[in-house]
Amino acid sequence: MIRFLLNDQPHAIDNCDPNMTVLEYLRNELKENSSKEGCASGDCGACTVVLAELVDDELNYRTANSCITFVGNLHGKQLITAAHLKEQDKLHPVQQAMVDKHGSQCGFCTPGIVMSLFALQKRSDHYERGETLEALSGNLCRCTGYRPIMDAAVQMYEPAEDDQFTRNAEHTKKSLNKINGDADEVVTLSNGEHHYYAPATLQQAVELIASHPKARLVRGGTDLALEVTQHLRTIPEMIDLSRVKELNKLTVTDTEIVIGGARSLDSSVETLKNYYPEFADMLARFAAKQVRQQGSFGGNIGNASPIGDTPPVLLALNANLTLKSASHCRDVALEDFFTDYRQTLLKSDELIGDILIPLPEENAHLKVYKISKRQDDDISAVLAAFNLSVVDGVISKASLGFGGMAATPKRAKATEAALIGQPFNQATIDNAKQQLAVDFQPLSDMRASSEYRLEVSRNLLQKAFIEIGLELQQENDSPLFVDATQTRICSHA
Amino acid sequence: MRSMPNSQTTVQQAKGHAGSSTKHESAHKHVSGEAIYVDDMPEPAGTLYAYCGFSPKARGKINKLDLGPVRQAEGVVAVLTADDVPGHLDIGAVFPGEPLLAQGEVEFLGQPIFVVAATSYNAARRAARLAEIKIDSERALITVADALEAESFVRPPHSQQRGDAAKAIKDAPIVLEGEQFIGGQEHFYLEGQVSLAIPAEDRGMMVYSSSQHPAEVQKLVAEVLDVPMNLITVDMRRMGGGFGGKETQAAQWACLAALVASKTGRACKMRLARSDDMSSTGKRHPFYNQFTVGVDEEGLIQGADITVNGHCGYAPDLSDAIVDRAMFHSDNAYYLGNAKITGNRCKTNTVSNTAYRGFGGPKGVILAERMMDDIARRVGKDPLDVRKLNLYTDEGGRNVTHYHQTVEHNILEELIEQLEESSNYRARRAAITEFNQHSPIMKKGLALTPVKFGISFTVQHLNQAGALIHIYTDGSIQVNHGGTEMGQGLHTKVAQIVAAEFGVDIDDVLVTATRTDKVPNTSPTAASSGTDLNGKAAQNAALTIKQRLIDFASEHFGLATSAIKFADGEVQLGAQTMSFAEFSQLAYMNRVSLSSTGYYKTPKIHYDREKAAGRPFFYFAMGASCAEVLVDTLTGEYQLSQVDILHDVGTSLNPAIDIGQIEGAFAQGLGWVTTEELVWNNEGRLLTNNGATYKIPAVNDLPEKFNVELFERANPEDTILNSKAVGEPPFMHGIAVLCAIRDAVSSLADYRVSPELHSPATPEKVLWAVNATRAQAQAEG
Repeated sequence: MIRFLLNDQPHAIDNCDPNMTVLEYLRNELKENSSKEGCASGDCGACTVVLAELVDDELNYRTANSCITFVGNLHGKQLITAAHLKEQDKLHPVQQAMVDKHGSQCGFCTPGIVMSLFALQKRSDHYERGETLEALSGNLCRCTGYRPIMDAAVQMYEPAEDDQFTRNAEHTKKSLNKINGDADEVVTLSNGEHHYYAPATLQQAVELIASHPKARLVRGGTDLALEVTQHLRTIPEMIDLSRVKELNKLTVTDTEIVIGGARSLDSSVETLKNYYPEFADMLARFAAKQVRQQGSFGGNIGNASPIGDTPPVLLALNANLTLKSASHCRDVALEDFFTDYRQTLLKSDELIGDILIPLPEENAHLKVYKISKRQDDDISAVLAAFNLSVVDGVISKASLGFGGMAATPKRAKATEAALIGQPFNQATIDNAKQQLAVDFQPLSDMRASSEYRLEVSRNLLQKAFIEIGLELQQENDSPLFVDATQTRICSHA
Repeated sequence: MRSMPNSQTTVQQAKGHAGSSTKHESAHKHVSGEAIYVDDMPEPAGTLYAYCGFSPKARGKINKLDLGPVRQAEGVVAVLTADDVPGHLDIGAVFPGEPLLAQGEVEFLGQPIFVVAATSYNAARRAARLAEIKIDSERALITVADALEAESFVRPPHSQQRGDAAKAIKDAPIVLEGEQFIGGQEHFYLEGQVSLAIPAEDRGMMVYSSSQHPAEVQKLVAEVLDVPMNLITVDMRRMGGGFGGKETQAAQWACLAALVASKTGRACKMRLARSDDMSSTGKRHPFYNQFTVGVDEEGLIQGADITVNGHCGYAPDLSDAIVDRAMFHSDNAYYLGNAKITGNRCKTNTVSNTAYRGFGGPKGVILAERMMDDIARRVGKDPLDVRKLNLYTDEGGRNVTHYHQTVEHNILEELIEQLEESSNYRARRAAITEFNQHSPIMKKGLALTPVKFGISFTVQHLNQAGALIHIYTDGSIQVNHGGTEMGQGLHTKVAQIVAAEFGVDIDDVLVTATRTDKVPNTSPTAASSGTDLNGKAAQNAALTIKQRLIDFASEHFGLATSAIKFADGEVQLGAQTMSFAEFSQLAYMNRVSLSSTGYYKTPKIHYDREKAAGRPFFYFAMGASCAEVLVDTLTGEYQLSQVDILHDVGTSLNPAIDIGQIEGAFAQGLGWVTTEELVWNNEGRLLTNNGATYKIPAVNDLPEKFNVELFERANPEDTILNSKAVGEPPFMHGIAVLCAIRDAVSSLADYRVSPELHSPATPEKVLWAVNATRAQAQAEG
């Protein structure tokens, strides 16, 4: 049985197909139609709802695409839709701001936009443009041109008094605590035919995996749900790892950053920013806020997509994975993890426990580039990550990770070989560029041609060379350093 | 005698009149999710859900169609094919050629072959995939080039001309030639195609359809079901976006829902999933344009020979008029001298392309702007100067288009100069040239492009509209008209117009769902005409009632008609005033009809297509856009840094709504020329058929500096309160972005090369343009 708060009311779901999405539940079962289906694939944000949950005894409001979130994922949370924001007949300040600023035209995307703004307003106390763009990047509006929506985001911070969610926060916390009272129980949902398990502990998780070897692992469902909504498949058994405490941790040791496999992408950004700002900046362009809050590192690695955005960076950073089962625990290099198109070393009784990212080395420079048609919420044509160490003008180490260039995320070994031990100069780079064609024979598809992928990879190596060169000049306080060379278009991040 | 409602109201300044930035009539319902779209309506008990089985091949004979597994699937109630259609199978909007369901042969991949009705949406979708369909494939024509080679057209070619273009080009000192590939565009209305049909008595049908053209849906449902039109009612409260995609192409799904409802006697809903919506409904036509233009040393056009080739898909749909509009607009704002314009309507085995904001206009305008840039590079001038040089002008007879309409009330020169000033174009141009000389990787580009867009349906009979107004005895007013609300604020504007006539608060005026049983025989809400036509019709209805009220008051109170005024929710009757509600009651008690229809037809327009001459447009809407971009020459990526738009809306009926239309249209135009790329494979399968692969602008694609101003000047023509239509014209402001990207790339060759850059200018295409421009610059030393 799944238990959650539907707005402020305790709500339970029992005897339900766990393949049902939250959007289907709202619209078909509850006849609550404020959330709209625009795409059923998490690409437009019209169905955006807010999920509030307890984090360190505080209410954490975040967004999710209800069209690709399975109902089981609601357990222990508060579900808020656009229909819940009004108090009696009075619009919520976020809603009123959208009205005042003419932020809606056809209105179909509007409930989703309102919910993204609502979550933003709950997370921060003043308007900041970059943060607002990031919050809205997964909400497509085909009518307005977004300017009035941005204006609404400015106005929404001006309410005179607390809204009902803030006023009722203590009560909400109490209710959520009550629901989560048996926090160590495995939550289940079934219609007799299809089964969903949400373990609370790692031990429960690995045991469930051992006893249900065919079950699919899911965290946010942002990828898995597409099999249901787009390909009309049914998933007979699901094990949801999102509740597993051990898999949601993030720790930094003397040598590495350890990210739990089920930890959301979004909640890891702040830490990464301290160590690998280029990685954190790229994550702001990874899918959309809704997806980054639902999706996990483990999911992005485990689905082994050749166009996943985190694996190339993690490859360049020489990350390792801890794979865990009921009987064992083993560390593998991420580089060895991907074996073929959507194939990995992960055995049917294992899950991805931790992602281990070494801390930055002295003299190392990480450069990350994402190439896509649209800056935000797009799948990469090419994702390139260059991790170069330069000592006394010589490239001492080089690890290059690429996505979109092969059947798996892949290191550019031949190119690396052409860089390591060579002087950090244009001749070395020119030579290394030639090796990219040895490493990769990319495909042509609707995102880019093979020729473009190869050409842009070479040019990104060039760009990394220029940018690292500028950093070196800056570090050495070289008189040659001039800060005139602009090398990137500025993303909102 | 019945009891009368309480008519005591507090009188204050009536709000929301025409000219004010009144909020959208549904805004408070949009934000709370209370606005009801077709899929949100309560469903009658036993409602069925219909879905289609689609052709897996682009062209061929249906060799085998085994629907047994579909019929046996869980929840399935009915499976219907073309053979089950009682009336017309063909639902072509203007010309025949579009079967409701394929019969015998298929003409595009994604064409509906059968419809299955089941007890749930998911059951219907799953069952629809179970059919065994075998097609004897024939060679499919996928591209415009395929169609041109095969001389495959949905309609015959057509030409417009003035003077001897060939001679003028031959005599010109400079001749430029070029070709231009322009991608199509998916509407990506956030609400997909949807319809709900509910059987009524006497074989009638109540149809709720997300359609811009309820009257056509009514006609086609009647024809498909073989019943008279008076048995069919179509109701449209609001669409979650239309943009032209629901002008003709909402009808098929309404007809299928009605077919199932008719056959089963149960209500039936048909809603397309996004990927099927994208694969099986038409888009903006891709175009392939060719031009030869002769100019003098200053860059003044002497003559032009232009061919526009529209990629129509398998059926005519609206393509005849769409290609015509591309031809009408291939001059954009410029006098072409001696000109010949030819339009081809290429038939391919792809989904039938359809209306999309701007119709054919953008595909003509983008060609004209391409020519301006090419001319500028050739004669070594700033492209803006070449544009200004070639503008239509009243001097020297250079104000007549190639279809022989005189361009009257031309404000473009003044408007462009105003924008040139407000956007600081010249100083930015100098700064950008300087920046580019010292920035090896990133290059900036700038462009200022105008638009002149003809307002009126070029099919004359569509330029008419009707409205129906009731005043109730409490003074509240209900308005109905033939236009549909798709977010553009039409209902708000019409309510403002009516409120202004009666001097009442806009909250006292309700515009109800568009319904074929209230206002009949309506035109589609398209061609930017919604307010022009329906606003006038509603005003006429209001004036009819108002005249009756004035006549009554004059007689009843013995007043001169000039002493009777409607303002601030009151009626001034000589020395005394009465609330509008009280006055309405009084009029009712004295047996004055408080209900009237209104009708409007656009004056002055005429066009002889045989001679390709006349006045197809009542007037022109104009504007200009200035865009600045930053291009990464290593990756081809770019960013829009600033946009300044000055746009002519006549006297604005609602500045907030008009600015919203301009910004939104610009955003769509931006997407059209940049990130929105439709990719088909050789088999005719659309590979970009979802939001993961087809990218419309997101919030970060619009610049922080996004300045939109209205060029408010009363329309000299007698339009509704001297306003101008605003839906489509600003779409073409997006073209400035494409020109700005070309400008940035051109800097790599010191602005001597006009880069080959087709639309949409994806990063990949930009990178190839960068490489080619560099190579050309090097080759030329």
